[in-house]
Amino acid sequence: MSEGQVGAEQRLVTPGMVIGPSTGKHAGSGAIAQNEEFIATRLGWLNEQNDVVSVRPINSAYMPRSGDLIVGVVAEVRNNLWFFDVNGPFQALLPMSLAPWKVEFGSTRQHLGIGDAALARVQEVDEAHNMVLTMKGIGLRRLNEGCVIAIPVNLIDTLRGENNSMVSRIRDLSDCRIIVADNGRVWVHGDADNMFTVRGLIQTLVDEGHMNNFENAVHALEQQRGEN
Amino acid sequence: MGGYGDVKLLRDDGKRLDGRTVDEMRPVSIEAGVLPAADGSAMVTHGLNVAVAAVYGPMEAHPRKIQRQDRAVIDVRYNMAPFSTGDRIRPGFNRRSREISKVTAEALESVVLVERYPRSKIRVEIEILAAEAGTRCVGLTAAAVALADAGIPMRDMIVGVASGKIEDTVVLDLDKAEDNYGQADLPVGILPNTGEIAFLQMDGDLSIEEFNLAMKYNFKAASEIHVLMVDALKRRYERGDN
Repeated sequence: MSEGQVGAEQRLVTPGMVIGPSTGKHAGSGAIAQNEEFIATRLGWLNEQNDVVSVRPINSAYMPRSGDLIVGVVAEVRNNLWFFDVNGPFQALLPMSLAPWKVEFGSTRQHLGIGDAALARVQEVDEAHNMVLTMKGIGLRRLNEGCVIAIPVNLIDTLRGENNSMVSRIRDLSDCRIIVADNGRVWVHGDADNMFTVRGLIQTLVDEGHMNNFENAVHALEQQRGEN
Repeated sequence: MGGYGDVKLLRDDGKRLDGRTVDEMRPVSIEAGVLPAADGSAMVTHGLNVAVAAVYGPMEAHPRKIQRQDRAVIDVRYNMAPFSTGDRIRPGFNRRSREISKVTAEALESVVLVERYPRSKIRVEIEILAAEAGTRCVGLTAAAVALADAGIPMRDMIVGVASGKIEDTVVLDLDKAEDNYGQADLPVGILPNTGEIAFLQMDGDLSIEEFNLAMKYNFKAASEIHVLMVDALKRRYERGDN
């Protein structure tokens, strides 16, 4: 019967691991209560805040929640709606009534074709994963330029930093427009060299994100740019 | 099974042909995250067995008739590579691999929190690269580590182990000769933290006492393998400079 190490540093827990007594506390995501103990259900870092014990997973699929900002890619077009690939287990639906344009029945292809990327928001998700998107809202649009980079969903918070501080730093040092969507896709637009720099930083995050090397890479680049 | 012929499987000093004691396991090593394209993967080496498992998903279940409105389905494909044994195996599905895929899927469904992903499918591919008896257990262990690596929520990590009987003696972890010429084989899927059994098959005959002893050996081996599984996942993700 294994238990995670106790200590000030973050504890890595594996599914089935006993992570402590459940008295007076609540199980958050990635944990279940069983026989007055909390059991981890996922591989990840243990997190305890406000009497809620949860596991921050290392790997996880994107599970949409209403209000999420996403970068979707059109996978299928019908006469009155689009189906988007949103990097999740199921495709999302954008009805023509929630598109930002006045769309006639049958003319959906004139606005968005298969393979086009768009910035949208999740309008609603039901328990069976049926998901409706909306493109009515400030900043929601078709993405005509720039590139989309995929990152694991669990690294989004690291990329954004506290109050988006990390994204702002990368924006400043690269002079690129960057949107970090909730579904693990990052839209980057700038001149080719700068986009390449951002790509490199994001690749560092993806490859070595669990080892704090990302922040060092951003810092090193800031110093390098400062010197030049 | 049933002890064909008069093959001698125990030495005069009570040890087995490969020098192991009756309750000794073959050496096991586990590595997580071996396949970059998969959502989660693992490689388990158990004696001369080598199994690689890859997990993809959760994804939309296709064809739609296999979808369940209240839970995910686990689609397991167990396959032995043609070069995994001395005699070449004809590639593709056969009766045995179908059976093992089915029992493995049922064992995994009892630990994975399938109700979290309605209408979805979690694909588990188990490929046996080298076989030396006990591949279904090695495949099950590899699948459990790969599922954990993919971030799929589970109640516990299932461990596949086997015991058996040779020359009227209960032994842990049969090798190829013992499996072919022994009297019984008892592969089990154990949840090490709760001690539950998610999968059990028996080939041959065991008395109640022999069965209990075999299960005792299995539980001992399961806790040893579980330590290696946790260690493999930690090695992959532990913070540090390595």
